[in-house]
Amino acid sequence: MPRIGVFVCQCGNNIASTVDTAKVAEEMKDMPGVVYTADYKFMCSSPGQESLKETVKEHKLDGIVVAACSPHMHEKTFRKACEKAGLNPYKCEIANIREQCSWVHHDETKKTGTIKSIDLTRMTLERLKRNKDLTKISIPITKRALVIGGGVAGIQAALDIADGGRDVILVEKEPSLGGNMAKLSETFPTMDCSQCIMTPKMVEVELHDRITLYTYSEVEKVDGYIGNFTVTIRKKARFVDEDLCTGCGDCWNKCPFKIDSEFEHGLTKRKVIYTPFPQAVPNIPVIDKENCPKIQKDKCGACALVCGPECIDFTQEDKIVTEDVGAIVIATGFDLMKNSKFAEYGYGKYKDVINGLQFERLASASGPTAGEIQRPSDGKVPQSIVFIQCVGSRNEEKGVSYCSKICCMYTAKHTMLYKHKVHDGQSYVFYMDIRAGGKRYEEFTRKAIEEDGAMYLRGRVSRVYEKNGKLVVQGADTLSGSQVVIEADMVVLATALVSRDNAADLAQKLGVGYDKHKFFSEYHPKLKPVETVTGGIYLAGTCVGPMDIPESVSMGSAAASKVQALFSADMLDREPITAEVAEATCNACWDCVTACPYTAIDRTEIKNRKGEVVSMVARVNKGLCTGCGTCVAACRSKTIDLAGYTDEQVYAALNAF
Amino acid sequence: MSELKNIPYYPGCTLNTVAKHFEDSAKESAETLGFTLSELEQWNCCGASYPLSPDNIMGLTGPAKVLFEASKAGESVTTLCSVCYNVLKRTNKTVHDDKEKRETISTFIEADYDGSLEVTHYLEILRDTVGFSKVKESVTRPLKDIKIGAYYGCMLLRPFEDVGIDDHEAPTIIEDLFKALGAKPVDFPNKIECCGAHLAVGGKEGDDVVKQLSTCVMRSAVGSGVELIVTSCPLCQYNLEQSQEKAVKEVSGYNAVPIVYFTQLLGLALGQDEAKLGFEKNVWDARPLLKEREV
Repeated sequence: MPRIGVFVCQCGNNIASTVDTAKVAEEMKDMPGVVYTADYKFMCSSPGQESLKETVKEHKLDGIVVAACSPHMHEKTFRKACEKAGLNPYKCEIANIREQCSWVHHDETKKTGTIKSIDLTRMTLERLKRNKDLTKISIPITKRALVIGGGVAGIQAALDIADGGRDVILVEKEPSLGGNMAKLSETFPTMDCSQCIMTPKMVEVELHDRITLYTYSEVEKVDGYIGNFTVTIRKKARFVDEDLCTGCGDCWNKCPFKIDSEFEHGLTKRKVIYTPFPQAVPNIPVIDKENCPKIQKDKCGACALVCGPECIDFTQEDKIVTEDVGAIVIATGFDLMKNSKFAEYGYGKYKDVINGLQFERLASASGPTAGEIQRPSDGKVPQSIVFIQCVGSRNEEKGVSYCSKICCMYTAKHTMLYKHKVHDGQSYVFYMDIRAGGKRYEEFTRKAIEEDGAMYLRGRVSRVYEKNGKLVVQGADTLSGSQVVIEADMVVLATALVSRDNAADLAQKLGVGYDKHKFFSEYHPKLKPVETVTGGIYLAGTCVGPMDIPESVSMGSAAASKVQALFSADMLDREPITAEVAEATCNACWDCVTACPYTAIDRTEIKNRKGEVVSMVARVNKGLCTGCGTCVAACRSKTIDLAGYTDEQVYAALNAF
Repeated sequence: MSELKNIPYYPGCTLNTVAKHFEDSAKESAETLGFTLSELEQWNCCGASYPLSPDNIMGLTGPAKVLFEASKAGESVTTLCSVCYNVLKRTNKTVHDDKEKRETISTFIEADYDGSLEVTHYLEILRDTVGFSKVKESVTRPLKDIKIGAYYGCMLLRPFEDVGIDDHEAPTIIEDLFKALGAKPVDFPNKIECCGAHLAVGGKEGDDVVKQLSTCVMRSAVGSGVELIVTSCPLCQYNLEQSQEKAVKEVSGYNAVPIVYFTQLLGLALGQDEAKLGFEKNVWDARPLLKEREV
């Protein structure tokens, strides 16, 4: 016979005003298995907990029911108290008679509240009788982290984790660190030079003892679970020996072949053997194998002839490396939407219609024009520029429904950069709304308008076309209600930020969620903004959605702190509320595998003594299982049960109702 | 291309009357290219506009009836007039996608039609079924680099998710055809702007709007060096010609250019008798230009 104690809390007047707690306790006294009952003013108070502990010991209780507030409030408190009194904490159950009873019943005679409380407590009691002793699951942790993406968010996360004394693997798909931020000229609202603040961080990563840097590499596969991931990384062939190369540049100076530079967004050319930009980290070139005549048809090879250290190897192949890590930070960044969707603006048709990142390169001191604003078509300094905002953003029909958030700010910045460089130039901005929420942001856009003379026109542009060497911009000014035609020398499109092409692919490899725009989903948009639903995988930067540099950096640091917290213990304790498979009855239909949102169920072989496979069964990975119970509902053979919430417990509670 | 032989064809009202030369030249060209436009046995007016209010089903019954008739003739129906194309295609989509409206319409027109028909424009047949390369092979009188301005107007292109025979902001289908015919298409900014459409019959105020819009189109074309404008819609044709008449009277130094249906030049390039192509019906005769270029 069990020895159960029932403690009914009055919660001051919170419960006692509509529930007769003494009566509830009294009623429970006669229930089979109950050896002790009491009601008390505040069970959660120190004296309340002390009396609970003493009672457990004194009456040799083997289980307790606390009829009180929601288990979200104090289940932990009472379970801890039980543990201290020598009782298995999972032998303590909470009956919620506050949020689900006293707070919703206003009957001052306490009749309904009391009856319902008795029901709820009795149900919990029956449930408790079938509770088993559970022990927390302990998982070892590999205290190394993987950061995917070497833009500012990934760099921040990597440095913070490494500075905290943990090893970091940083994987970047491009030949150099830097991401989109390395392309920017100056940053709003402080106008500090992007590369000046970015490149030192890139170098810091390269020099950091605890960071292993894989550039020109991609994550191919991820296995395992929180604390215990195995990551397969493809190191794409650089055709240059990284250990021998000194970055002297003889090879790319010699290379006779030129291709549109990706880093400069086609504004200038790069060689076939190249580093994306002069401050590249690492300063080791790669050969673009698609365009290299030596690799494609064994012609040329000039780079190898001039290479002093003889580090060019045309036969190099991709290398596959595996790394064990305990946590992963995804920071893969954003792309700009393809402008080809917006033929009305003439991008691609007219050379002087460019996108925001191209303007950044034109304005950048290290850009193709050394920071002088020149038209791509003829190199002339434009006397007027039209900036068109919301190209694709807030446009569900042709683009995306969301606001890209940073364009209002960077367009204001562009007008200022332009004015500072071309004093007699006039800029026009077509906008929908000026969204300048952020510290010193509103002041910044006002400055663009009031001090730097940007002409802001509230309305959309219908067409851009060329006439006599000018770009004619036809638009509406909705504030004056008139049609506007502006003849400009250049047009800059503030194109929508979108997720990376392969974002969905990566999300599936990692088992994390993504939204319809292929941005990665946070566990909770407010309270868990850097976690994903998969334990041990965190998010940072614009792979989550459009955001500016400060936010990306904050997320990088926040993700790093989550990783640090995870790594602070040697073993990871997890709640033992997990699914369990009774392997004898599993008929291997794999419905559970399909149903599990956390990819926590594996197909496992059962072998006989000779090592022959005799059957296949589902097996739950306790490290990944969150105890959501989806598989239990899906299991047709009633093979899966949820520890702490077994079918038997649930039916017993219902029968007691 | 054997399935090409007979293509069900819906003329619409104007093609049998004021734009007869549009129809004749198209039919004749079809024969040269190896197919026949077979006029539907029974047809009525398409209604000439698609009802924009969601609960106005009445306006859909006319085109639905046409589509029903066409479904008896084959799996597709083709048109020459851009407005008919627009109305039929959108009605077809509505009937196909909206079960409730489909049932109401069926009850009213006393015929079952499920929207499975394919509505095409003649230009699409030339591009997608015949192929512009085949057209090019069939050319016997190349257009000798005449600077053609392709005027699309709205109805071939918008709304793009329902109609769009090409990129709705930067279409090239007519230019591509004329390249095949040996002409030299010239891009001009207003080629997809509205001509004013039915406002032409809207009294003085409507007339002013048409004048303003069509004059913009004409000026944009002429200003870009266009020597001849081609259209694919009787209403566009009418509006552009009318506006040009006024422009000639009111704007000094305005250089009028011929405005013709694209099929008239198609027929010419394919070697049809110039006298049968209806050039005399155009307000501005294209023949002097053609003669000058020795086409």
